[in-house]
Amino acid sequence: MTAVDIAAGVRSGTLRAADAIETSLRAIAATDGDVHAFLAIYDDDARATAAAIDDRVASGEDPGPLAGVPIALKDNLCHNGRVTSCASRILEGWRSPYDATVVERLEAAGAVVVGKTNMDEFAMGSSTENSAFGPTANPRNTDRVPGGSSGGSAAAVASSMVPISLGSDTGGSIRQPASFCGVVGVKPTYGLVSRYGLVAFASSLDQIGPFSTTVADSALLLEVIAGHDKRDSTSLESPAPSLLSHLHDGVEGLRVGLCPELIEGASPKIAERITIAADALTANGAELVEVALPELRYGLSAYYLLAPAEASSNLARYDGVRYGLRVDADDVAAMNVATRTQGFGDEVKRRIMLGTYALSAGYYDAYYGKAQRVRTMIIQAFDRVYQSVDLLLGATTPTVAFELGAKVADPMEMYLSDVYTIPTNLAGHPALSVPFGTAEDDLPVGVQLLGPALSEVQLFRAAQVLEQEAGR
Amino acid sequence: MSALGGTWEMVVGLEVHTELKTATKLFCGCANAFGGEPNTNVCPVCLGLPGSLPVLNEAAVELAIRIGLALHCEVLPSTFARKNYFYPDQPKDYQISQYDQPINAEGYLDLPDGTRVRIERAHMEEDTGKTTHLGGSGRIHGADESIVDYNRAGVPLVEIVSGPDIRSAEQARLYAAELRAILIASGASDGRMEEGSMRVDANVSVRQGPDAPFGTRCEIKNLNSLRSVLRAIDHEALRQVTLLEAGGTVTQETRHWDEDAGRTHTLRSKEEATDYRYFPEPDLVPLAPSSTQIDSIRAALPPMPAERRASIRSLLGDDGAASSLEQITSVVDQGLDDFVVAAVDAGVPVSLALARVANELAGLIADGGEVEVVAMTTLLKMEEAGELSATQSKAVLAELVAAGGDPRSIAKAKGFEQMDEGALDAVLDAVIAENPSEWERYVDGDDKLAGFFTGKVMAATRGQADGKAVNAGLRSRRG
Repeated sequence: MTAVDIAAGVRSGTLRAADAIETSLRAIAATDGDVHAFLAIYDDDARATAAAIDDRVASGEDPGPLAGVPIALKDNLCHNGRVTSCASRILEGWRSPYDATVVERLEAAGAVVVGKTNMDEFAMGSSTENSAFGPTANPRNTDRVPGGSSGGSAAAVASSMVPISLGSDTGGSIRQPASFCGVVGVKPTYGLVSRYGLVAFASSLDQIGPFSTTVADSALLLEVIAGHDKRDSTSLESPAPSLLSHLHDGVEGLRVGLCPELIEGASPKIAERITIAADALTANGAELVEVALPELRYGLSAYYLLAPAEASSNLARYDGVRYGLRVDADDVAAMNVATRTQGFGDEVKRRIMLGTYALSAGYYDAYYGKAQRVRTMIIQAFDRVYQSVDLLLGATTPTVAFELGAKVADPMEMYLSDVYTIPTNLAGHPALSVPFGTAEDDLPVGVQLLGPALSEVQLFRAAQVLEQEAGR
Repeated sequence: MSALGGTWEMVVGLEVHTELKTATKLFCGCANAFGGEPNTNVCPVCLGLPGSLPVLNEAAVELAIRIGLALHCEVLPSTFARKNYFYPDQPKDYQISQYDQPINAEGYLDLPDGTRVRIERAHMEEDTGKTTHLGGSGRIHGADESIVDYNRAGVPLVEIVSGPDIRSAEQARLYAAELRAILIASGASDGRMEEGSMRVDANVSVRQGPDAPFGTRCEIKNLNSLRSVLRAIDHEALRQVTLLEAGGTVTQETRHWDEDAGRTHTLRSKEEATDYRYFPEPDLVPLAPSSTQIDSIRAALPPMPAERRASIRSLLGDDGAASSLEQITSVVDQGLDDFVVAAVDAGVPVSLALARVANELAGLIADGGEVEVVAMTTLLKMEEAGELSATQSKAVLAELVAAGGDPRSIAKAKGFEQMDEGALDAVLDAVIAENPSEWERYVDGDDKLAGFFTGKVMAATRGQADGKAVNAGLRSRRG
């Protein structure tokens, strides 16, 4: 069942939240042994919350737009009293004493959190293999990775353990696993969803967003979590967009741009799927426009300076002093070193070192400073293109899901998985990946829709059309 | 020859941190308050818990702008930056500060001696927690145990950086005192150095005369009082001169002032200095106070000490003795100038008002007392009119500050009635009759004996006689 159907059923009294939760918990029990999407499952608490929702419905109350809908949270979202580990040894067992804004909004809307999902440690990775607690498998083929870093949230939805989940996207960490697992994944406009309670990786790029099996479910979930939050200074003043009411408005008259930079390097079958998707949009009345965005080719390099630079600072606080892992040593400084040496995995260490170097005296201008200028250039390039098109269509990933272990030894190869998704984060723009059939090895593939800031309504309209046409 | 010997001259710049008097911390809703059980005045934001985010306190911004305007700075669009370094009292292991775009820049402060000290910048940042190292070496490296209290973490600070324009330890002391008075007057800070709400670091170097290039500087930390500022800078400059004259070189380093030992010692060398890896704080948006906002803050800014000193000096006219100038500075520093101005407006001579406020009232208030301006004015007028002697006036003031009330009622209750002329005449005549030889000498022109007779009269009247009336009586009897 979709989230839309569950919520409608629970609110109208034709479906019990308790049953919806039981269905989800049964699926988790049956499937998660093979997939390992979850790091924590809250069965008893979820049952109690569901029972309370059913009581409210029985007494004539409306628990909200997500009444009784089971949802999974990426393990970098703080949930009061629950462990938030970021799949890292350094935060293993750390219980957040407060709720993230998105969690507050979910619970106020009647959603039922059933557990926390696996991820690449601190959201750094593209395969969920960088988890300190073991990898997640792709439900479509368990020899393959689910993508990352939000691999657990994508796999949980793809295997129908939950209808919806939340992930975070810093350079593609929602869209890439959505594409690999064959689900919808949305990276909203920067500032549309509050980051309060999202454990930071790269603050200027991080954004929380939905996973779902249908475009409508992502629209429903995004409407609930979006909107201004005074606890996040980078939160936009604009209200949550009205997505569901425009979902079926179609693409008649929309100008959709195709640029080589968002297709080049993609596998032959993925490139073919994009052509078919473009045809589908044209058939529904959209106008295709050829554009060029050569600046995007510098996105990956700029990202791998900026994101690690911010991460090197954001992750400094895991020093063994206040919470999380502490490895004792002779003095405070030695304790800091011992704790961080043991607590962080290789990829996290690699990025902390990269970022520390990029910010160092004497190197700042050449690395961090230059990357910032590239970022500005990319924003200007998008601005130029969005003068003549409403949306862009391209690949989400260059390949379908790769095999577990295939890229672990080659970080550069792994980084290239995000080449099409990173520019949107640099610009702070929204983008989504919508499943569009299969490509190599019969594995699912998504196509990516990109738009300017706050263009979510148009993106969802186009995604809805592609969902209907995915069988082409 | 300079105080340092030969042509040596010291060059000093001060970095002053002041805590702002806001109700809450800089980036969260925790109270900006001291004391209390350790780690109780904290929340996810000021503890830097994973996922927490800072939100800027607008009241702190206003106080920072007040400081900037009081120091004649330009108030600029600014940004926050992260200063990265590991230390246990730093909850995030970075400090949110301002770096290349501070909120205030390029102002100045005029010292009472007329020297203009440039203010390079006055920027905002958050305070850290407090670490205590126990056992072992008692310092971070080699202590048995270190404990941290984060109640102070996130308290708003402004750091005021002067230009290298100070040329003596006394000038440095004057600068710190004047800055403190400005901070208090602007309402931005309580300026309490002993409690750490105002902290001074000094950059000190020496050179051979005013045209020589700057020498290598040392930064002196832990200056917790104006006296420390004076002593530490003198000591440090002399240390550098002694070193250079012996053929040595000064090493750029941070030094700690040991108040008890009266000397500085190395804290860390330049090689050990941290690379702070400043970069723009991505969790906060740029700050751009509107000109309307700046203008309204400027308009609401009370007069600053220099202006207040000048206005009292102008009341004093040309006969401003050196002692009066000192009294003016002291009265203004302590914010007691309203008492002087009000009394003078009511017809009390400036010298009398200054003397009573600087020498008597200041001490009583420093001990925790209060008095209303109007009551003080009444008292000074009574004294001026001869209704109270100086001794009586001081006694009434002490009572006024201690218990409040009305000066007339207090004077009456103490039996400080004005002596009528007849009673004074009788006492005078009796005193003259009892001391005939002294009287003869006084009549012959030995004016010093006036004091002798006044003392006798005061003793006989238990201080109730008006000194001026006694003098007049003595003069008229001498003929």
